Amino acid sequence: MIAYIIRRLFYAIPILIGVNLLTFTLFFMVNSPDDMARVHLGVKRVTPEAIELWKADRGYDKPLLYNSKEKGIRSLSNTIFFQHSVSLFVLDFGRADDGRDIGRDIRQRMWPSLAIAVPTFIVGILLNITFAMLLAFFRGTYVDVWGVVLSVAMMSISIMFYIILGQLIMSKLWHLVPISGYDTGLRALKFLILPVLIGIVSGIGAGSRLYRTFYLEEINKDYVRTARAKGLSSLQVLFKHVLRNAMVPILTGVVAIIPLLFMGSLVMESFFGIPGLGSYTIDAINQQDFAIVRAMVFLGSLLYIFGLVLTDISYTLVDPRVRLE
Amino acid sequence: MYFYKVLIVSILTGLTSVVQAQWNNPYPAASAGKNIMYSFFRERPKTLDPARSYSSNEYIFVAQIYEPPFQYSYLKRPYELEPLTAVSVPTPVYLDKKNRRLPANADKEKIAYSVYRVRLKKGIQYQPHPAFAEKDDGTLYYDGVDKNALDKIDDIAGFKKQGSRELIASDYIYQIKRLANPSLQSPIYGLMSQYIVGLKDLRTRLLDAKKTTGNPDLEKFSLSGVKLIDRYTYEIKIKGKYPQFIFWMAMPFFSPMPPEADRFFSQPGMKDKNLTLDWYAVGTGAYMLTVNDPNRKMVLARNPNYHEETYPAQGEKNDQQAGLLKDAGKLLPFIDRIEFSLEKEGIPNWNKFMQGYYDQSGISAEAFDQAVQFTRGGDTEITNEMKERGIKLSTSVATSVYYFGFNMLDPVVGGSSERARKLRQAISIAIDFEEFISIFRNGRGLAAQSPIPPGIFGASDGKKGLNDYIYDWVDGKKKRKNILAAKKLLAEAGYPEGFDRKNGQKLLLHYDTSGTSPEEKSRLDWIRKQFKKLNIELVIRNTDYNRFQEKMRKGTAQMYMWGWNADYPDPENFLFLLYGPNKKVGLNGENASNYDNPAFNRLFEKMKDMENGPERLSLINSMLEIVRRDAPWSWGFFPKDFSLQHAWVKNRKSNLMANNTLKYLRLDPELREIKREKWNKPVAWPLLIFILLLIASIIPAVIAYRKHERQAAL
Repeated sequence: MIAYIIRRLFYAIPILIGVNLLTFTLFFMVNSPDDMARVHLGVKRVTPEAIELWKADRGYDKPLLYNSKEKGIRSLSNTIFFQHSVSLFVLDFGRADDGRDIGRDIRQRMWPSLAIAVPTFIVGILLNITFAMLLAFFRGTYVDVWGVVLSVAMMSISIMFYIILGQLIMSKLWHLVPISGYDTGLRALKFLILPVLIGIVSGIGAGSRLYRTFYLEEINKDYVRTARAKGLSSLQVLFKHVLRNAMVPILTGVVAIIPLLFMGSLVMESFFGIPGLGSYTIDAINQQDFAIVRAMVFLGSLLYIFGLVLTDISYTLVDPRVRLE
Repeated sequence: MYFYKVLIVSILTGLTSVVQAQWNNPYPAASAGKNIMYSFFRERPKTLDPARSYSSNEYIFVAQIYEPPFQYSYLKRPYELEPLTAVSVPTPVYLDKKNRRLPANADKEKIAYSVYRVRLKKGIQYQPHPAFAEKDDGTLYYDGVDKNALDKIDDIAGFKKQGSRELIASDYIYQIKRLANPSLQSPIYGLMSQYIVGLKDLRTRLLDAKKTTGNPDLEKFSLSGVKLIDRYTYEIKIKGKYPQFIFWMAMPFFSPMPPEADRFFSQPGMKDKNLTLDWYAVGTGAYMLTVNDPNRKMVLARNPNYHEETYPAQGEKNDQQAGLLKDAGKLLPFIDRIEFSLEKEGIPNWNKFMQGYYDQSGISAEAFDQAVQFTRGGDTEITNEMKERGIKLSTSVATSVYYFGFNMLDPVVGGSSERARKLRQAISIAIDFEEFISIFRNGRGLAAQSPIPPGIFGASDGKKGLNDYIYDWVDGKKKRKNILAAKKLLAEAGYPEGFDRKNGQKLLLHYDTSGTSPEEKSRLDWIRKQFKKLNIELVIRNTDYNRFQEKMRKGTAQMYMWGWNADYPDPENFLFLLYGPNKKVGLNGENASNYDNPAFNRLFEKMKDMENGPERLSLINSMLEIVRRDAPWSWGFFPKDFSLQHAWVKNRKSNLMANNTLKYLRLDPELREIKREKWNKPVAWPLLIFILLLIASIIPAVIAYRKHERQAAL
């Protein structure tokens, strides 16, 4: 298994280079270094000299991908792409356009993102699994029909609606929680209740509907009938046997996103004023800060690859027949 | 028995306190009743360095911390400068080419230099800061701070030793040198290098030094145009006569910067910790930055070393009646601490204001109807809901202009021909900015008659200030000319009923813009409708903002809308937007319409250096007549700022030029506590009902399960 993991990690290198190249190309198709300088320097009294100095200070005065003035390897290395990309592979994210250390900002901002994402994820998964199992148990009854209708309705509603409704009811009308904001330490708890609750509720529809189909696929198999014939109760059958066998498809979707939890939620963080990595990315896109965008995309890709490896490993844990070679 | 009694009483007391407490209060319970102001910021500031900072979201912080030598009077109107750290506002001394003194009324042509001598008040101290901390031997404590020691420090609070020192004239000189530092890219370097003697030369020397030594030590470089006279006095020598220079000296760009602070933050390892002057300000102002987490919260706390400054005793006529002079003579600042929370979205921001968790707020378009209503006379007042809460409304016309511009280089709408002029005038009549203000700004604006907003010298009210190319004066009121007048002009321009007389084709014009929001879409529909009145086909060329700016720089846009925010309250700062040598195309100036009329230019050059007076007013009127006739803009509107304050906020008066106004505000925290308590009682019964419903829904499921389990297999 270790050899498999090492091999997978080596495969990640070309993927990351490709992702980086794609991000670079897409970003610079829309923004030129001059545009970036203008966004940073403001719209008033910006001189061409200030733009040139800004670019030179941040290394954006070089050609994008190929430097025709250089020879040999330097024609590739003395470019914006190379100079701004190579350090990423040792997780040195460099500086944002406003001079702040990106690595430091990421380390600081990952905690608020995790504070929302982890409880939303764990409670959400448990709730979805339970609700889906309930629907599977009452399959073909009114409970199942209305449960599915409710799930479809819930997954059809935009997250923005949940956020606005949640803020209106929980904070504006009932005054139960702060409408937005964040604090450090335990004081953060009261700010987390509403976004976590909304995160869970908004995910129930899609999650439970998907898991219900996994259970229904399993529930009609022979081993379920055998288990029931042995005299096991329905709950025992569902939790001990059906759930375990349905775990493989569930894990495919779930484990891969675990490392991505710390990347935060773009919408949720913006609406609730949570200083996490989601709002960090959105701000960077709005401010055309390529250094942050590139770092976040790189990190996202890295974590996703890591998540896929974790998924493979998790298969071996739930299904002994799976071997990683 | 006693134990149970105590337990029951404790539980009841606890429950009562929980019910009474404000569950939705975003601030710690310990801060209740304290003299703390709560505000917000929409986006994190890019820099707090006074040499670089040039936007209002940064000035909220920068202007409270750094003190230029002068400030705008808080209450007096028209806007007037008064000394802040200086003893007085200096009158420039004029010199000829041979540096001989000229009389104050000397001809402009003879004036080669103007010299501003600034004398500072003695005894002004900097805020406590580690950059000033000293060892017993008098050397700086953190000079050459050990890299290992720095590893244990995360922010400025990690430096335990602090110190202070007196503000001296050389600190101001140091900051002026920083404007030329190529590493800082000060936005006003370009402009200042045209005036401050030797600044360009300093830049060249600094650029050379940067190539060899990296970050040059500014103290080792001289600046010929700035002279240290004594510990508290310095002189700035500028080229020619430039009366507006004094306004620049009231901006944070000309604040003092202690070289110790610059050296402190330049030490190795500091930047890696985000410890830079961009993020940690060091000033003499009423407040100092104690928490700097631009991702979440910024906190300004009262500077314990703040010099003696009192609340103004003079203001406008109505200030006494409005209670704005009650605190006259009292020591500033009044508020101990100001907490700014990052609030990006409008809905939470507005609700927090309504719940009493923000002390002041603007009014978003969504909340406008809830906050403001129009009287029968067309005036605005706050709604009854706001009145019941004791909320007050402040309105003021901003020193800004949003205008609809024509590119004067364009072959169709541009140029100085009679045809193009009449076409522009016709379009200017057709674009009904009164309607625009009513639809898109909830009435918050004034249709412009010229580029100069009300309150600035040169702007006139009533018939005197009327743009009679666009408006008529009817029954004592201005009235936009009838669309028939516009059609007549259009026909005279050679486009009867919107068709080109030469080729019979329909006139097709282009409007260049950026923005894809739904609001922008309806704005574009409205603009198209305005052109439809003249039967002109309007093509919208919508791109992203970068491309739009590029079109403007290259002069390929045909018509556009843009705005300008004044740097200082002088007509020059608006009329220069139409000054030929300030064109955007080729010259990279702020004249986005590329308007270049030699007659206007000549008058501008004469007017810009004059003192306010009848002669200057007459010149301005002549210039306005030229531009109104030429119509390079369709004039647009001056936005009106509406802001709301709770009853516990005192001394609030809109001052659009001053940025350091937080020191004048006073709070009544006890009233705030009472109101918050009243407005934020938690409603807990829906939670109880929800729990009961949940239990009620589980019971049938359990029954169904048990029934299912008991069923015989078929």
